[in-house]
Amino acid sequence: MKIFERCPSLYDVPTHYCPGCGHGIAHRLVAETVDVLGIREKTIGIAPVGCAVVAYDYWNFDCSEAAHGRALAVATAIKRVRPQNIVFTYQGDGDLAAIGTNETIHAANRGENLSVIFINNAVYGMTGGQLAPTSLLGQKTATSVQGRDKLLHGYPLKISEMLALLPGVCYIERVSLHNPQEVLKAKRAVQQAFQNQIDNLGFSLVEILSPCPTYWGLAPQDALEWIKNVMQKEFPLGRIK
Amino acid sequence: MVKTKILLSGNEAIAQGAIQAGCSFYAGYPITPQNELIAYMAKYMPTPPGTEAPRVFIQAESELAAISMVYGASAAGARAMTSSSSPGISLKQEGISYIAGARLPAVIVNIMRGGPGLGNIAPSQADYFQATRGGGHGDYRLIVLAPASVQEAYNLTQTAFDLADKYRTPVMILGDGILGQMMEPVQLSGRKIKTGLVKKWALSGCAGRKPNIVKSFFLREGGLEEFNLKLQANYALIKRKEERYESFFLSDAKIILVAYGSMARIAKSAMYQLRSAGKKVGLLRPVSLWPFPQQPFNRRNSKVKYLVLEMSYGQMVEDVRLAVNGKNTVDFFGRSGGGIPSEEQIIGKVRKIYHENI
Repeated sequence: MKIFERCPSLYDVPTHYCPGCGHGIAHRLVAETVDVLGIREKTIGIAPVGCAVVAYDYWNFDCSEAAHGRALAVATAIKRVRPQNIVFTYQGDGDLAAIGTNETIHAANRGENLSVIFINNAVYGMTGGQLAPTSLLGQKTATSVQGRDKLLHGYPLKISEMLALLPGVCYIERVSLHNPQEVLKAKRAVQQAFQNQIDNLGFSLVEILSPCPTYWGLAPQDALEWIKNVMQKEFPLGRIK
Repeated sequence: MVKTKILLSGNEAIAQGAIQAGCSFYAGYPITPQNELIAYMAKYMPTPPGTEAPRVFIQAESELAAISMVYGASAAGARAMTSSSSPGISLKQEGISYIAGARLPAVIVNIMRGGPGLGNIAPSQADYFQATRGGGHGDYRLIVLAPASVQEAYNLTQTAFDLADKYRTPVMILGDGILGQMMEPVQLSGRKIKTGLVKKWALSGCAGRKPNIVKSFFLREGGLEEFNLKLQANYALIKRKEERYESFFLSDAKIILVAYGSMARIAKSAMYQLRSAGKKVGLLRPVSLWPFPQQPFNRRNSKVKYLVLEMSYGQMVEDVRLAVNGKNTVDFFGRSGGGIPSEEQIIGKVRKIYHENI
């Protein structure tokens, strides 16, 4: 009996991600969701600018790139033009909560019927580990060499909690990839976000705390421990809305 | 079939032309002097909920968002347009570069106002460089069409959508505050709204085919150069096929005025006054600013002199100099920041050239 298989929405190719990176798992959660819901042939994904820009090399369905931060503007238009399709964005913390904050807030406030997969790894990965809007206080990065200082850099931005205030938003949950149990919860949340769109319920967002061992300067196992022991204290898991 | 002549402002005529060309997606952000355009689209674009092929109007949160929405709508196969005025067009350059890089058709309207910076809301032609050189980052061009009347604004907007689809490239309608705001009678065409254009590359869900990807990112070594060469081949084809201009009295002219858009109308009045005084003056009005019309400059007697007139301190004049390639004298007169060269000033300039040289 087959108990595990590659899902049809993922190509059978190795990814370019660093050892211990969370993107591979998060990509798979999206692909499994698309297959479980049977929507591969009507799904349109928006790949971000960042490490996951070539997500379309791994996902076996229609995809578009978007300029850095503009994924939700692009997704808004695609969904309005093709309301029968299922449209989602996959965005990092810099994309969604720094350069794209405006697009994020306004797409959410319009209640666009979209699903958002928000990868929070508290750092800019592709560009070499700079300070992200979600970097923790004290976190050392290429551009916060002494660690994030609230007086210099402000505080970790809790965009999910901010978005939860908007009436156009129907669902927000923060999940994590730091152990298999949490990955299963993440999978349920991703599926919920897509199901909401199928049910025309409005804007849904799943924030996924995801390890970046390379730019956290940690071994993969230690990076998972860091999410569990440090990161989730700042970004508590669970349903936000 | 609509046969009526109706009174429209240039902004409204562009909007009406777009709707009749099958524009099914518009996103914009308010800015003077193009506000009648977004208002017209808000009124006439939206279709009832549940419509199978919806026509969408969105007032975006910013110019950055508006142009990215146009990118998305075009990627999804819609005929898509945005409009703005100079400072807003500067913001849109990010998205225009991505649209060019992703080979997406789109129509962008710039109703120019005075700059730099916030400038003012007076008509201007100071965005010629930005429009004709691509404007954003990277090696790309857009087709730029410059109407000189409300009727032409209406007609060229429809042409713009056809060219955008034909060459899979962004097309800009470049007007100014005079054109956008003034009202003239417009003969509506009988053109039926085009819908359901088949775009095999568009995102629609991968039922029955391999996934489509809309992208402008080429990481593999040599991949971007290969792509850019394809873009250049497309631009070479556009240059060969899409030069557009209007001309008056070129055959006997000793002085040829060169002007586009609203400026060309003033130049035309000056030309007729000069001709009635016996001066052999002609007018060349580029309609496509990119590709810049090379053809009318070819094989012209080297004694013919050009006088380029612009509502700027000299931008198109550089293209005229390139076009004549040193064979003819090229003079320039322009005003900017709300100043508009008057007929009297143009006549004075022409008489001076006549007096000195002919």
